Amino acid sequence: MKKKQRLYFILFVLASLGCAVGLSLYALRDNLSFFYSPKEVAAYLAVEDPRVAAGRRFRLGGLVKTGTVEKTGETVRFTVTDGAAERQVQYRGIVPDLFREGQGVVAMGRLNEAGVFVAEELLAKHDENYMPPEVAKALQQAHEEGVKSMQAYEAAADAKGDAP
Amino acid sequence: MIAELGHFALTLALVLSLVQAVVPLLGAQRGRAAWMQVGRQAAWSLLGLCTIALLALIHAYALSDFSVRNVAENSHTMKPLLYKITGTWGNHEGSMLLWIWMLGLWGVLVAQATKLLPAAFQARVIAVQGMIAAGFLMFLLFTSNPFLRLDPAPAEGLGLNPVLQDLALALHPPLLYMGYVGFSVAFCFAIAALLEKKIDRRWATILRPWVLAAWAFLTGGIALGSIWAYYELGWGGFWFWDPVENAALMPWLAGTALLHSVAVLEKRDTLKNWTIFLAILTFSLSLLGTFLVRSGVLTSVHAFAVDPARGVFILVLLALATGGALFLYALRAPYIRGAKPFTPFSRETVLLLNNIFLFSAMATVFMGTLYPLFMSALQLGAVSVGTPYYMATLAPMLAPFALLMGAAPAIVWRAGNPHVTMRRLMLPALVTLALCLFLVLFAVPQKPLLWLALFAGGWILVTLGQDLARKTGGFKSFRYLPLSYYGMQLAHAGFALVIVGAATATQMTTEKILVMQTGDRISVAGYDIRLDGQHTGTGWNYNVDRVAFDIMPQDGGRAFRMMPEKRWYPVAARMTSEAALHLAGLDILYIVLGDNDGNSRNRWVVRIYHHPLIGFLFLGAGMIALGGLVSLGTRRARKPAEGVV
Repeated sequence: MKKKQRLYFILFVLASLGCAVGLSLYALRDNLSFFYSPKEVAAYLAVEDPRVAAGRRFRLGGLVKTGTVEKTGETVRFTVTDGAAERQVQYRGIVPDLFREGQGVVAMGRLNEAGVFVAEELLAKHDENYMPPEVAKALQQAHEEGVKSMQAYEAAADAKGDAP
Repeated sequence: MIAELGHFALTLALVLSLVQAVVPLLGAQRGRAAWMQVGRQAAWSLLGLCTIALLALIHAYALSDFSVRNVAENSHTMKPLLYKITGTWGNHEGSMLLWIWMLGLWGVLVAQATKLLPAAFQARVIAVQGMIAAGFLMFLLFTSNPFLRLDPAPAEGLGLNPVLQDLALALHPPLLYMGYVGFSVAFCFAIAALLEKKIDRRWATILRPWVLAAWAFLTGGIALGSIWAYYELGWGGFWFWDPVENAALMPWLAGTALLHSVAVLEKRDTLKNWTIFLAILTFSLSLLGTFLVRSGVLTSVHAFAVDPARGVFILVLLALATGGALFLYALRAPYIRGAKPFTPFSRETVLLLNNIFLFSAMATVFMGTLYPLFMSALQLGAVSVGTPYYMATLAPMLAPFALLMGAAPAIVWRAGNPHVTMRRLMLPALVTLALCLFLVLFAVPQKPLLWLALFAGGWILVTLGQDLARKTGGFKSFRYLPLSYYGMQLAHAGFALVIVGAATATQMTTEKILVMQTGDRISVAGYDIRLDGQHTGTGWNYNVDRVAFDIMPQDGGRAFRMMPEKRWYPVAARMTSEAALHLAGLDILYIVLGDNDGNSRNRWVVRIYHHPLIGFLFLGAGMIALGGLVSLGTRRARKPAEGVV
């Protein structure tokens, strides 16, 4: 009797855990949102990658480019940059208090047919020194690649021997 | 000088905690009473030393001693004194010191409370407390020492984050930590029981109030955090499924399961291994919560510690504590015997099912929280998991969970009678269905999530009312039931209200965004709202634009005024919005100011929310925490296993 009870118990635990895991995986599949930098978006758009197809939800992050924030009524338009590429964003609503030109921002939303990122949500965190890790990484990558290409250019210039 | 005193006290505390971790344990193994005695004295001294350290840091904060690096980085002379002091635990180092101080406090309380138990058991519990304290003291001293000096001392501090200057936020970490750290008691009890290969009802009777207290604190901490987010962040939401919120929710779910299984163990002497497992799990999740918040591995509003060494250190601590405990569990669990049998139709089964649902919910949250972490560790891309995931996974679990919750009191211990139960539940079932049908047809919008929540909440409340009526002889004699019964019913009713409030506030909400200037009118959810004008003023350390709205309820109620603010903190160079909230019955009308429209200083972007019945949510959360505290007051919680109801 006791053994049998334990068996039922274990079977039940496994079954409900299985259900939970199944439901979770199913829900995860539809509800993940990926993070891309403007450069990645541009690269994916160039090859028509479905990951950034119009209407597909993802998060876009980078710095708010200085001099691009433009407000008309309750709509805000600005450009997000990671140093290597840019993307236009528009958002209807109240921007977070920490939203400012030159600061990091993460926007959740979709591209429209014109290639403008229509944000449903803007995230700016509650610490002025805080940079979203994804944004920091994207900026870092863009920077490193810039440095590399610069070095390659200089190396090529040296090889040619046309130093001043 | 005082900072050095604190530093010195911490170093001494580390040495002492090592003594506390080793000597009583050896004493218990070898049966030496004097060695076992060391534990209690060590626990008291540890608390004393941690208190000195904490006071030293508070002193440095109160006097703005910027020669202490931690103070210079996180405080500012322009803060009000109250927030200077609460700022002590508003940062990584200080909050970890608070964590350890609380561990010391719980250690002493446990040492006092376990005097009734055999000396060897008590010694083992205290020794395990000592191990945890040693681990965290090393963490504090080696990776996040709050007493490091800064030379030369800066004239002014860097920390003046105005969003953090808030009373709810000042109380939120201490409550949360009381909960996290409180579960260490359950953990130590579990380890001691495994070491002795013995666990019985007495064990559960002594442990239960500790679990209750920790759980009530954790509930309060989570609720305060949620309330703070609601009024301060200005997004009109109370729960964002942010990884850090989840980090507190996971131990709460496991702790709730533990609370119920300890009760079963106390009353029926069964579910022994499961209870031990839950005790280990709950504290491990508390450690994981600390790790997630403090390591900065997650993108989150709280991710302010980004030193990888800290994350690795806590991860090692977590691995040692959890891995060690589970290893011991695997070795010793087969020796834990003597669990009383029960039939499939009994209250034991219902409570076990409740545990399994809570466990599954915890596993679901765990997966959603850590999945992005795995993805990024495996270089598969940066992803985030949001509200839709949690709704899709947790909502289906709610219905059976609530059904069981309502049905449990109608099923007796050990061997229930399905016919009796059915007969008793018939009436509440009909009442709930009629109520829901009425609401669905006439009162609420057609939204499945809303129906689900109304049904779940309604069923719990109706069955609860029936049970109360039956046990009090038709609401006549309230005196003969133990306090723990009322505590339980209070918490269950609170849970029902939380579900209903969360559902109505999210599913029936009205939201308007528009540009307004003086004289503009708008009507939202039965209120006529008119922008009356704006004033400019100054506060303690900020300048403020205050915009006044005159509100006239359309049903002819009294007019009132709401004044959301836009504050500018010149020293911090920061802008914050203070939302205006108006509580009308259980509904909340919520107005936030956005920026001035680019062209004119008198045109404002305004966001208006109406959250129906959201009062239920906060009231319910309070009732859950209060229910835990009320249960604590019961006589049974103090005296070991006597008359069981």
